[in-house]
Amino acid sequence: MSTTETTVKSGPANEHGYKSFELGGFQFRRDEFFVHVTWPTGTHLISVDVFLRALQRDCAWNFFYGTVNFDDVIGTINHYGNVDLFAGRFNEAYRTAELDHLENFPSEEIGGTFRAMLDDWTNAGFDPFASPAETDAPWGVKNGDNTKAVTRQRVAANRMVGVKGDERIRSDESGYPINRMFADVPQDEPEVHVEPGYESEIAAFNLFAYLSRSDVTWNPSVVSVVKESLYCPTTEEYILPIVHGNDRVEWFIQLSDFISWDVQDRDSGSPRAKVIMKAGDVAAMPADIRHQGYSPKRSMLLVWENNSADLPALIASGKAPTYPVNF
Amino acid sequence: MTGYKTVFGSLDSFEKGRIEIIDDDPKHYAFSNVFEVASKSKAYEKVAVALNQQYVLEVIRAEGESGWYVCDHDETVLCMDGEVRVEFVKPDETIHKVGTDGSQSVAGVPSGNPMGNVLLRRGHQALLPKHSAYRYSATKTSVLLQQTILGPLTKQRWASICLS
Ligand SMILES: [Fe+2]
Repeated sequence: MSTTETTVKSGPANEHGYKSFELGGFQFRRDEFFVHVTWPTGTHLISVDVFLRALQRDCAWNFFYGTVNFDDVIGTINHYGNVDLFAGRFNEAYRTAELDHLENFPSEEIGGTFRAMLDDWTNAGFDPFASPAETDAPWGVKNGDNTKAVTRQRVAANRMVGVKGDERIRSDESGYPINRMFADVPQDEPEVHVEPGYESEIAAFNLFAYLSRSDVTWNPSVVSVVKESLYCPTTEEYILPIVHGNDRVEWFIQLSDFISWDVQDRDSGSPRAKVIMKAGDVAAMPADIRHQGYSPKRSMLLVWENNSADLPALIASGKAPTYPVNF
Repeated sequence: MTGYKTVFGSLDSFEKGRIEIIDDDPKHYAFSNVFEVASKSKAYEKVAVALNQQYVLEVIRAEGESGWYVCDHDETVLCMDGEVRVEFVKPDETIHKVGTDGSQSVAGVPSGNPMGNVLLRRGHQALLPKHSAYRYSATKTSVLLQQTILGPLTKQRWASICLS
C-alpha cells in the first residue's frame, strides 16, 4: 500500500455494502441511490450517478483547472498541489446564510480518498465515463467493482498523437472500436511520406477518426502540445457531469455536431448566457464563469487550454483580464 | 441501422451557432466560425480565431501554393476542410530567428534536405516540427487550423469576425 493510500480515512462497509469516507470535517457515505455528504454546518444528498460521474472526472483530471462543481453545493477548487473541498462556496444562498464550508487538503490526500471512494462505490457494469446510453445503472447494494474503467489512464501526448514514441492512434486491434454515433466518420489516415532519418519529426494522424473511437465522454485529453498550449479534444454526449468554473480563459472549437452551453457567473451561479455551438464555431469561455454543456448527439469538441501555472494568479489579481480579447 | 449523421462543417456548407445573452457582453465570448473566417480570407492569411495570452489558433485559407515558413517551436496544423499537402525541408543552416515566437516567413526556397511530406484531408492533424521549413499546397480551396504562438504573421481582426 502506497503512502498516498495510507492517508485515506474510511469506515467499514455499511448495510448497503459501501465504505464511508472522511476528509477533515467532511463525511461521505452512499446508499442504494444517494451519496450523503455532511460537514460541520450542513448535510447534502446527491444522486449517486451524478456524484460518481463528477468524482470520476475530478479524479482522472487531477482536479482539472479551477473549480469542479459536482452540483450547486459540493465541489473542489484546484490550487495545483493542494485542493479546496467545499460545500455551498459558490452558492449565493449558502454564502448569505453563512452555511458554506471549505477545507484545504494536499492533492495526494484528497486524491487518494476520492480514488478509493470512486473504486469502492462503482459497481460492476457501471462506467462513470461512458455515456448513460452505453453503460449499466449505478444503483443498488454493492455489487462487484469496475476498477479497470475507473482507473483509465488519461491520454497526454508530449508533442502529438502519432509521433514516434508518443501516444498511439486508436484502432479495433488496440481496443477502440468506432462509436455507434460516429459510424459514418471516415477512417482514412493521412498519407505520410518520410525521408530516412526524419521518422521522429514527420507525423500526421486522423484526429476525427481518433475521436470517433473514444470510449469516454466529457474527458478532455491532450493530443498536441505547443509549449503550454494544449489541444484537449473530447467526445461529448448527454450532459457534462460537472459544472466547470474557470480560473483562466479556455476556448472551445466545435469540430462536429452541436453543443449548447449554459454559462453562469462563477461565484453566484447567476445565468449570463447560452452559447450555442455548431461545427466550425469557436468561442471563448471567460475566466470568471462556470459552464455546463448539453450534447444531444455524440459530438467532437476541441477544448483548448493554456496550461501556464502563472495564469490563475494573474487573473485573480486583475493583472490579466477575464476575457481573451478586446475589440 | 440507426443512421446517425455526424455533421462537420465545410467552406461550402456551414451553419453558424449563436449566443443568447442573459446578462453579459457577447464580445467576451469572441464567437466566430472557422469556415466563415476562411471564406473571407485571402489565401494563406493567418487569421487569429482564438487567443490565450501569447498562444493563438489561426485559420488559414489554403489555396494554391504558400510560401515557406519556419518556426522556433513546434506547431501543429489541422485540416478542417479540403486537401492540403505539407512539404518539409531540414534547412542546411539556421534560418529561423531564435527566440521569436510564431510562424516566420522564409525568403525564397530554403536549401536543405527534403524530410518528406504529408497529405491532409478533413480531420487530419500534422506536426510542424520546430526548426524545419514547411510549405502548404492545395489544389482546391481548403481550410486549416494552426496551433501556434502569436507571431509576425498573425492577423487579428476580431471586430470583423466575432459576434457582437
Ligand atoms: Fe470547461
